[in-house]
Amino acid sequence: MADIAIIDYGMGNVHSVCKALNKVLDKNSTVKITNSLNDLSDCSHIVFPGQGAASECMINIDKNLDIVEFKKIISQKPFLGICMGLQVLMTHSEENEGSNCLNILDGKVLSIERKMNSNLKVPHMGWNKVKQENKHPLWNNIPDGAFFYFVHSYFVKPLDKSNILSTTNYDLDFASALYKDNIAAVQFHPEKSSKMGLRLLENFINWNGEI
Amino acid sequence: MSLYKRIIPCLDVANGRVVKGTKFINIVDAGDPVEVAKRYDQEGADEIAFLDITATHEARKTIIETVEKVACEVFIPLTVGGGVSNYSDVLNLLSAGADKVAINSAAVANPNLINQVTDKIGRQCIVAAIDVKQNKNNSNWTVYTHGGRNSTEIDAFQWAKELSDRGAGEILLTSMDRDGTKKGFDLDLLNLISSEVSIPVIASGGAGTLEHLRDAVVAGKADAVLAASIFHYSIYSIQEAKEYMKKHGVLVRI
Repeated sequence: MADIAIIDYGMGNVHSVCKALNKVLDKNSTVKITNSLNDLSDCSHIVFPGQGAASECMINIDKNLDIVEFKKIISQKPFLGICMGLQVLMTHSEENEGSNCLNILDGKVLSIERKMNSNLKVPHMGWNKVKQENKHPLWNNIPDGAFFYFVHSYFVKPLDKSNILSTTNYDLDFASALYKDNIAAVQFHPEKSSKMGLRLLENFINWNGEI
Repeated sequence: MSLYKRIIPCLDVANGRVVKGTKFINIVDAGDPVEVAKRYDQEGADEIAFLDITATHEARKTIIETVEKVACEVFIPLTVGGGVSNYSDVLNLLSAGADKVAINSAAVANPNLINQVTDKIGRQCIVAAIDVKQNKNNSNWTVYTHGGRNSTEIDAFQWAKELSDRGAGEILLTSMDRDGTKKGFDLDLLNLISSEVSIPVIASGGAGTLEHLRDAVVAGKADAVLAASIFHYSIYSIQEAKEYMKKHGVLVRI
């Protein structure tokens, strides 16, 4: 049984994440789309999806939530960041003019285009393989190298390599998922990744936040 | 590593049902959208495209409802098009659960719509759909609008480049000469446009065999193939199509 809060800070489509969670929830569990700190305190699991640019995302979080309090709450229960919900956990993003982020994980958010050598298309949009670098409850029943769906132009580079949960290759090898204690965050979109994506969401719901 | 080639079954939808016609006419029923989309997801489709082929003003609500239903059951990217005429149509489809919206006639009538939409919500959400016919007097292709009913003076090659420059995320290129004929994609057309634009090109119109699908990505250099009838009538499954492509050296998600 889980009571899941999906953080809605006024950007991006939170509904597809909500629909996918509803698909895998048991009868006694609930999903709520919210931006209230009370709801985030009361729930058992937090999902933080996101689209758009990091700077705008930070502005919107700041507008909707008390950041100090927010950081305290999300250190206490299973937390899943998706796409921009991964990137804003880092220290700094170079998107647009550059922007400081939540600094929950040490590291930077970098442009794919600036780092790659070939003429591959940006955004990196489509299905790609996810190589599991560490064991984690999120990977239960998901084969190493499974395909997930990506849409992004920036990627995360953590300072501490032990935070890397998976890597993916698109001209360069980049971290496609990070973790630390109760926090897990993925660059890809589990809500758009068919069977494996739903399985990952189910694994998250069943996770107690311990590794 | 480049990206995996995508196979996209297309559901032409009219009044809440999946239909299939030949060269945009002779429409016949091909099933319930939710059921068909679910089956394709289970078979391994990389995305699903939904084209509302009636798209009259009264039918708009039907397509929104259909998209909402499909989005609750199908968890792969969903492209929806047909009758999209302005920014609010795009937003309505995205909030109903579409991941990408295809814009066709409205971009011809008002090319700035592409800039306007992609500036606000990003280019990954917008698929520029182009319906073309080859000219009889020269070997170029001309753009058609309104489900293939109206001819324009626009050259397909120039138009594809312009749409890409204006911010479209992908091009969905349909050969009306081939659509529904099962004679294969127009490879010259595909090659011409895929080689020139830097955004992904989705091949559409003419798939009849698995070889045709492979030809579209190998000879035609398309990034994705879209097909309707060969999948709807279970002539081939998506799985078979992917296995065939893999066997012939094309990178696909299996």
